[in-house]
Amino acid sequence: MKRRMGPMTLEARGLSRRFGGLLAVADVSLDLRPGVPHAVIGPNGAGKSTLIALLSGAIWPDDGAILLNGADVTALPAWRRARAGIGRSFQRANLFPALSVFENARLGAQSSIPGWRLAGKAAEESGARDQAMAALEQTGLAAVADQPAATLSHGQRRLLEIAAVLAAQPRVLLFDEPLAGLGPEETAPVVSLLRELAATHTLLLVEHDMDVVFAIAAQVTVMVDGRVLETGTPGAIRGSAVVREAYLGHRG
Amino acid sequence: MTRAGPRGNQWLGAAGLLLASMPFWAEPYHMQLASTAAIAAMFALSLQLLVGAAGLISLAHAGFFGIGAYTVYLAGGERSIFVSLPAAMLLAGLAAAAIGYLALRTRGFYFLMTTLAFGQMLFFLFHDTPLGGGADGVFIARPGMIWTVTKNARPAVFLLMNLVVLAAMYSMLWKLMGTLFGHALTGIRANEDRMRAMGHDVQRLKLTAFVMAGALAGVAGHMAAMTDAFVSPELLGWHHSAEALLMVLLGGLGALHGPILGAFALTLIRELGQSITERQRLVEGIAILAAVLLLRRGLSGLRR
Repeated sequence: MKRRMGPMTLEARGLSRRFGGLLAVADVSLDLRPGVPHAVIGPNGAGKSTLIALLSGAIWPDDGAILLNGADVTALPAWRRARAGIGRSFQRANLFPALSVFENARLGAQSSIPGWRLAGKAAEESGARDQAMAALEQTGLAAVADQPAATLSHGQRRLLEIAAVLAAQPRVLLFDEPLAGLGPEETAPVVSLLRELAATHTLLLVEHDMDVVFAIAAQVTVMVDGRVLETGTPGAIRGSAVVREAYLGHRG
Repeated sequence: MTRAGPRGNQWLGAAGLLLASMPFWAEPYHMQLASTAAIAAMFALSLQLLVGAAGLISLAHAGFFGIGAYTVYLAGGERSIFVSLPAAMLLAGLAAAAIGYLALRTRGFYFLMTTLAFGQMLFFLFHDTPLGGGADGVFIARPGMIWTVTKNARPAVFLLMNLVVLAAMYSMLWKLMGTLFGHALTGIRANEDRMRAMGHDVQRLKLTAFVMAGALAGVAGHMAAMTDAFVSPELLGWHHSAEALLMVLLGGLGALHGPILGAFALTLIRELGQSITERQRLVEGIAILAAVLLLRRGLSGLRR
């Protein structure tokens, strides 16, 4: 699928995925649009991460379809979807610890380089370098670009996770708990970065922290047991009796 | 996997020159031993592109070594090395492309088992069919070189030739690890799902590495056949693959030059073991156990 610049939409239609006897994701439909940051919330085991894996192509759905800008990408493997413009982050910050911060970002940037040019010296590839540096600057990591990724603080690792995604210049961002494990002071810079990205990208955010969800998202989908319980604006979700009963009420 | 810096390469170069000076001071027997070690080093080095760089543990690797060796036999007569060496690379590379294409659909333990199966298929192809000239192996005519090498000059000439090929292979792989391709392999070894999510065609990158490694193993096999003037199906057996893995492990997975150290060390340990006891395998086993237990990064990690 040819790469298109500019805004992109991502649509899930009736996605289902079964693991053995467990229906992890059941008949989920979503509509992601640029400028309408979308959060998915739900208790543990609700199928949120499975949904991201399905949308990014890491696993196949048993049923349903995924449309990128209206084109069916259900059959495309993950790397093709990534090149088509879908970027995803992982719940666990699983960076390449032995590589420098810059090299981590460049690995994200170099994937679109055609095969024969991979024989070029890594240090001399200017396109990938510029993309990687831009991503590091946007995430505030440019100052530590030459450090090994293993030396970063937890908060910086979360930012690098995002930077590596951005380096490939995706149009659709699927973020799986980008704030996992962050303390209050570390949360703020990531939240402001997410808000910034939400304005320019099509964003899907899986997040536990309700304050963050309500600060960023324009649309919220509540999932329970693999199913969509309700989709609506943050205000509507907060006020929904069904949601409060099924999810919010159980917390704490 | 890291590569040696300028300092490390100077040390390796100095060691290479020392070996290359052997014709001035060593017995032919020891030159032959050094040739054997250099060939083992080529073989293990080619495997490092899979194990250390891409994180692929293959038991089919000896198959490609053997195809390279048998190319010399199949080419027949005293064909020029300038024909037989490219032919060995080509045939080994083609076999690696076919096997890699299928085996790389699996991961981890299943990949290990699939490569074992394909490797043994290659073994039996040469062991049990007329193609390979018999289960006990065959003596072959050496490929011709630019000039005729007399019997007395052989140990020295072959040693120098093997060292040159080893040095060429090492510098090629050293450069390769500095390319975007090399970095992508490093990424695959660390986390291939993440590489996929970032848009890397992991399958193709792995297959490219598999074919390159196979072709280089073919070079090693060709040099072995040429040096020994003898080929046997054992060259393709999984034991031989495991031996190369052992050399990689002994030398260290973490450094490109590790397998070179591992190959020379293992050859030396064998030779010493043989000279002090009849239970040389025991000496070998204890030495390897000690190295693996005491040196977590293998021999190449000694300096750190």
